[in-house]
Amino acid sequence: MPSLKDLKNRIASVQSTRKITSAMKMVAASKLRRAQEQAEASRPYAERMGRMLASLAANIQSGAGGPKLMTGTGSDQVQLLVVISSDRGLCGGFNGSIVREARRQIQRLQGEGKTVKVMTVGRKARDQLRRDYASLIIETYEDVGRRKLSFADADGIAKKVNEMYEAGEFDVCSVIYNKFKSVITQIVTVQQLIPLAVPDTAADDEASGEAKAIYEFEPDEEQILAELLPRNLSIQVYRALQESAASEQGARMTAMDNATRNAGDMINRLTLTYNRTRQAYITKELIEIISGAEAI
Amino acid sequence: MADKVEFELVSPEKLLTSQPVDMVVVPGTEGDFGVLAGHAPMISTVRPGVIDVYEGDRIIDRVFVAGGFAEVTETRCTVLAEQALPLADIDRGKVEQEVKDLSEDLDDAKSDAERAEVEAKLAVARAKLDAASAGSTAH
Repeated sequence: MPSLKDLKNRIASVQSTRKITSAMKMVAASKLRRAQEQAEASRPYAERMGRMLASLAANIQSGAGGPKLMTGTGSDQVQLLVVISSDRGLCGGFNGSIVREARRQIQRLQGEGKTVKVMTVGRKARDQLRRDYASLIIETYEDVGRRKLSFADADGIAKKVNEMYEAGEFDVCSVIYNKFKSVITQIVTVQQLIPLAVPDTAADDEASGEAKAIYEFEPDEEQILAELLPRNLSIQVYRALQESAASEQGARMTAMDNATRNAGDMINRLTLTYNRTRQAYITKELIEIISGAEAI
Repeated sequence: MADKVEFELVSPEKLLTSQPVDMVVVPGTEGDFGVLAGHAPMISTVRPGVIDVYEGDRIIDRVFVAGGFAEVTETRCTVLAEQALPLADIDRGKVEQEVKDLSEDLDDAKSDAERAEVEAKLAVARAKLDAASAGSTAH
């Protein structure tokens, strides 16, 4: 049976843990709000970029031999996976599920006899994938958007991907990230970046109505497309990073909320044991005194 | 002025402006073009330069953009800018310093790729400087 002093110490320690987890929860909540606002703010750009791309693609489809970023290399032998995780832990299953999906993809692709290359963003994915697939990792990024995610961060990654693609180092590129659905649900998403899947023009009415307009191009379509596609790649990476950042904070908030609640339960249980033990001691001492007095 | 054109300026990080205006002058790669309501639909690339927003005959807003794309329809003019900065916020001294630094970088550049990258940055910085000087004389 633990002594009263031991119990007291445990209670104090759990109480301080609870303070920490509830503070972390609060921090995550405020960071989540910021991440969500940022994601919201960047949506118009992505939307308009998509619209422009759709109308361009509609114009260029007739002529074969568009840019490589859109048509692909004609092969899918070498696959590049960009795995986006967080730099820090204590966010529930956030990194675990990303890494699990990455492993699954690597195994599947290797099973099909393809060559896989991996690029990791965030410390956690690197650390966990390094154990089994150290030889596949060709590039790692850390501390991306640590204080505030900027477009320049995403642009840097996208530029690197594009450079490698131009150099013919891979044929297909996919990104694996957590998509933010709600604070408690994040969906692991695999999205193909290269070759680009052109958004469906007929998808929504407003867009299709406008896409029908005949555009003039200045300079010609191909030149614009050649500039627009790398930009679009950056935007896609930026979006994935933002989703991931929001998901991370959401996951952390939920994890910390659970931890705080569990700590509360634990404190209640320990306090109960403490009080029982204290009473037992008192009773025992009373019995000793009384039986001592009776003996005289 | 009867018809207005809906002018939107968007950077990757946020929607900067969205307002109906009389005319915008956009620095296209193949020359500046003015957009009034009823302009023929077109898509153009944008070079680093200044977008002028007109209300009547007056310029109400001047924004520096570091390249991007413009999409024009009959009722709308959307500019997707890589970086956008109101002209009033450009610090001349800082930009001069930037141009100087980049020129030095250009001399240090080893590979062609590196050189091209620095050159692109330099072009943006120079355009910014031009914009800043033009802005200060106008006021």
